[in-house]
Amino acid sequence: MNAPREPAMTAPVLDLAADFPILARRVNGRRLAYLDNGATTQKPAAVIDAEARFYRESNANIHRGVHWLSQHATALYDAARATVQRFINAASADEIVFTRGTTEAINLVAQSWGRPRLTAGDEILLSTMEHHSNIVPWQLVCEQTGAVLKVIPVSDDGELDMEAFEGLLGERTRLLAITHVSNALGTVNPVAAMTRRAHEVGAVVLVDGAQAVAHQAVDVQAIGCDFYAFSGHKLYAPTGIGALYGRAELLRHMPPWQGGGDMIRTVAFDKTTFAPPPQRFEAGTPNIAGAIGLAAAIDYVQGVGMEHIHAHEQALLAYGTRALQDIPGVRLVGTARDKAGILSFLVEGIHPHDLGTILDAEGVAIRAGHHCAMPLMTRFGIPGTARASLALYNGEADLDALVAAIHKAQDLFGTRHDSGRRT
Amino acid sequence: MSDMQDSLRELYQEVIFDHNRNPRNYRPLPAASHHADGHNPLCGDQLTVYLQVEDGIVREASFVGHGCAISTASASLMTEAVKGKRVEDVEALFRDVHALLTGTQDAEAPVRDFGKLQVLAGVKEFPVRVKCATLAWHTLHNALTGEHETAHTE
Repeated sequence: MNAPREPAMTAPVLDLAADFPILARRVNGRRLAYLDNGATTQKPAAVIDAEARFYRESNANIHRGVHWLSQHATALYDAARATVQRFINAASADEIVFTRGTTEAINLVAQSWGRPRLTAGDEILLSTMEHHSNIVPWQLVCEQTGAVLKVIPVSDDGELDMEAFEGLLGERTRLLAITHVSNALGTVNPVAAMTRRAHEVGAVVLVDGAQAVAHQAVDVQAIGCDFYAFSGHKLYAPTGIGALYGRAELLRHMPPWQGGGDMIRTVAFDKTTFAPPPQRFEAGTPNIAGAIGLAAAIDYVQGVGMEHIHAHEQALLAYGTRALQDIPGVRLVGTARDKAGILSFLVEGIHPHDLGTILDAEGVAIRAGHHCAMPLMTRFGIPGTARASLALYNGEADLDALVAAIHKAQDLFGTRHDSGRRT
Repeated sequence: MSDMQDSLRELYQEVIFDHNRNPRNYRPLPAASHHADGHNPLCGDQLTVYLQVEDGIVREASFVGHGCAISTASASLMTEAVKGKRVEDVEALFRDVHALLTGTQDAEAPVRDFGKLQVLAGVKEFPVRVKCATLAWHTLHNALTGEHETAHTE
């Protein structure tokens, strides 16, 4: 096994918990240590206020009203799209499609790009560490078209097997669908290099950015990918809003995947013509307030600075990695050299689900289970893990609470080892 | 100590730890007349329950699988509890245990002495864990009624 990358020696730099009202509440009589950010993040007051302010001051439907309020709401919605464009450095705001989240974005690509193009024997390349949302939409499209899935294996450390990747790439490869950051392991994948290789064989590349955008600066043009999907709610924004980036020349040739209002140019019973992207892919009244909340969240994280967020979380990751490794009986799952702030682990003799319940009683919120990555759990021969996932508002106190709660669980289960470092 | 801490100790009692560490009747039963699989997709718990029924009486009961302490202990306690009972009594016990764990007991019904199984009642305070405790029982019910589909907790 690789040694985990030598931790950054910088201390955590951010102290922003006060911006997040929910973090002041107590849970089960304890201070809340919220370490389930991989599932969803908490929202800063700036985001909560932006959404409320929209409903108080600006609410109207978009793209159809001649009245002032509708034009005002439309301007805010369009501005939100431009904010997303700048955030991930897309070339044009027309390359940003608002969706309900990552899952819907991937399904959109599967049905609108994949279904009309793929034929029997075409290959879709993904990896063992994908979230179910980057597996199941492709399985559905395989059933529809006769295309087949090929899977890049993962090493014991939780890194992609790049040799196997090279071997799997071929002239039948039509699409590479790969996660930027593994939600279950924290592994950061070399998506730019993989995109270059996939393009060399003529494949299109979709990157699942759900676990990446909140934790590091993302530049879709630098990655070079054709599609990039992410959710707002893992980025301090409301639930029910997310975005799909698609390169303009691909979006232009993709048919609508849902029909309705707002996505048409003209409708007649013998012929309907469709609006250009991105409207073509946004049938019906969208989540306008959500888009405005997402823009507020992006303004918030950019105000903090993605580089500061990254440094802070890397320092916490190093702190937490050391702290967990120092607990006898604790084993980390996912020790890639390049990791985001995700600590997946097992405690000897304590099932993750029992651990989750006991930690909760201590005010420590983690995720326990398969993390919607059942093929990955099968790969590691485990039913699931306990997962602590970090956000910009976490501090060493949260990880100290985690460690103390693990000790309590070990005491309760009678599995606490004698003190001393595990060898 | 908070209520939650009390509830935690109410649930995680020595009986649970004992049956988790040393599950009773943990083996496949080649001579089984009935068996069924149970699966909780949410937490990945998986088990198979085996029964040997003769003349309407459960002569042997066993299980294999993996799960959390609550689910393992519940399965282990269950196999002990049903051995030697008539099938209709086992079905009645299933219904009563299910009511006990989900807090849906009929106030009018006669009070049953659950014996060691009473410890499982602590799960009521943890709604997301109830299905851990009921999985083995649903699987038992399926084994007896011959429903071959994998049991899922509700």
